[in-house]
Amino acid sequence: MNKAWAMQYYEFKPYNVGRWIVWGLFALLLLLIPRLFTSSLSITMLSQMGIAIIACLSYNLLLGQGGMLSFGHAVYSGLGSYMAIHALNMVSKGSLPIPVSLLPIVGGLSGMGFAVLLGYVTTRKSGTPFAMITLGVAELVFAMSLMFSEFFGGEAGVSGNRVAGSSFLGITYGPGVQVYYLIATYTFICVGLMFAFTRTPLGRMLNAVRDNPERVEFIGYNTQKVRYLAFIISGFFAGIAGGLGCLLFEIVTAEVVGAHRSGAYLLFTFLGGATFFFGPIIGGVLMILASVLLSEITKAWLLYLGLIFLFMVMYAPGGIASLIMMNLRLAAFGFLRRIWVSYLGLGLAALTMLLGAAVMIEMTYHLQLNAAMGPTVKFIGLVFNSQQLDHWFGALFVLFTGLGLFELCRRQYLLEWGEIQEDIEKEIKRREAL
Amino acid sequence: MTGTSRYALELRGVRKSFGHTEIICGIDLAVAHGERVAVIGPNGAGKSTLFNLISGRFGPSSGEILLAGQRIDGKKPYEINRLGLSRSFQITNIFPKLNVFENLRCAVLWSLGHKYSFWRFLADLDDANDRTEELLEMLRLDKRRDVLATNLTYAEQRALEIGITIAGGARVILLDEPTAGMSKSETTRFIKLIREVTEGRTLLTVEHDMGVVFGLADKIAVVVYGEVIAFDTPEAVRANPRVQEAYLGSAVADAQLGH
Repeated sequence: MNKAWAMQYYEFKPYNVGRWIVWGLFALLLLLIPRLFTSSLSITMLSQMGIAIIACLSYNLLLGQGGMLSFGHAVYSGLGSYMAIHALNMVSKGSLPIPVSLLPIVGGLSGMGFAVLLGYVTTRKSGTPFAMITLGVAELVFAMSLMFSEFFGGEAGVSGNRVAGSSFLGITYGPGVQVYYLIATYTFICVGLMFAFTRTPLGRMLNAVRDNPERVEFIGYNTQKVRYLAFIISGFFAGIAGGLGCLLFEIVTAEVVGAHRSGAYLLFTFLGGATFFFGPIIGGVLMILASVLLSEITKAWLLYLGLIFLFMVMYAPGGIASLIMMNLRLAAFGFLRRIWVSYLGLGLAALTMLLGAAVMIEMTYHLQLNAAMGPTVKFIGLVFNSQQLDHWFGALFVLFTGLGLFELCRRQYLLEWGEIQEDIEKEIKRREAL
Repeated sequence: MTGTSRYALELRGVRKSFGHTEIICGIDLAVAHGERVAVIGPNGAGKSTLFNLISGRFGPSSGEILLAGQRIDGKKPYEINRLGLSRSFQITNIFPKLNVFENLRCAVLWSLGHKYSFWRFLADLDDANDRTEELLEMLRLDKRRDVLATNLTYAEQRALEIGITIAGGARVILLDEPTAGMSKSETTRFIKLIREVTEGRTLLTVEHDMGVVFGLADKIAVVVYGEVIAFDTPEAVRANPRVQEAYLGSAVADAQLGH
């Protein structure tokens, strides 16, 4: 009786209802969020987030889905950007009769084309050789961007004007919000398509190649070809992100194919969480928050980012997505309230640590960059003097106190976590026995 | 289902050297369709190397390997697999981060012609899903359907390993020590399972447990120092003095071969 009920519940529960709700909410969010954040800065940021989401998800097709650590993903998004801006300029001149809304597709097809070309070499290898080749290709393309200024526009880059061609239903892409909605539409479709890809035979075989390439060879699949096809698909979506970027900024400079951009894709995909499909979505949002907001707050934002990255690699290698999923599991069994005190402790200790480190970082930066403006630094509402030793010692003290507290909290947390996991196992066994 | 040849698998003068060391020194072997062959021999005799050569993990230095009359030596593992030969591994070789169902479904996809398709959903591939369910039942893994392969017990992983091997419907199956590391009772059950799932196919298996060998095989191939010194029915091999001498030392042979 009980079992039959559970079966029914199971068959009813998953699938379409939940999925429709999630995708519906996602669409609604994309639709309504510019009403919430209306300033032109936030519209630009939201647009950038959409682009970053597509880029990080396309990167994760390689990293998370296929186990391919690429150091040169910006090559495909960047070349997509360049092709799109040249196409845009042709549209402006009237020599290319396509609507501006389709330019991201031009970017996508270019990204795909370059992935076909360069990926053929890259995906012949896996693992470390793969990573090395992507690095080489990235360097190659960046070097070319300095050599061929006709195409890459040299130092100044290539600029364009997105108000081009005939307008459709009054959509000119002059106002930022119109571009936002174009980007949001592409984001929704691309996220949907990339999710769908993970549900196809090729998508699944890509996971198999990630897990155990040797075995894949013995069940009829050519692992090189699986990697190659995935690389091409990833290049397509990266190119779309690039094409959207060209419409948003109306200028493309060589940095879009640079190692810095590639590194950012890797870093934020990892931070968001490469093991879950939605991880890179979080990563994309963080990427923009960090590079726009954090860089406003402090000049040393890259340093903080590096610290956070280190911390995540050491303590939460599954990224934010895996932290969320692990705690959702706890919540599903009703155990979350047993551990929240530990979380609070961890959070406070981390904050203390960050405070100590931040004061020191800010003072160091001040000494290096703004020494002419006197020794004082204003930070979090306090004034620090970078010449006085006691301020340094104070900061150091706070840092080490935080560090110690964090380690204590972490041990306590791990203990509790272990106990809870045992209880969950017991609970599962109990439910199975019913 | 018989091919152009009398034999399901034929080796002609197969040799393999690594550097200056010759591991396989000229093997001739002809396995008829539907035959069950146990490959036995002391450690380091070249049994696993032989399997690696047949399955395409490496190519032979010289000689020919024919699958149902078609040359397969020098071909890639996936090409050989598509021609109807599949193998398992001595050390469990599965997809640890996929669940049991996904493991098996991956293994049936190619044989059902789904290839590199990315325009169809896995959930809609009725043939692949039905075949996978069938396999789950056959392997008695249906209750463990959604468990990650890495979380299975050792015996279950071995069963999954066999499942992945037979999933594609290959006519020739190579099993490399399928019962390695199993207890006596597990082995007995497992051999029954192997018999069931390889019904009607040609089977080559490396095996150390002599009880298993004599119970399972129609024929036994004895490999010593990279050569097949005997290839015959279990009774004839048991009586073969050369086998007793070379392979086991006669005293041990008596005990192990059951005299």
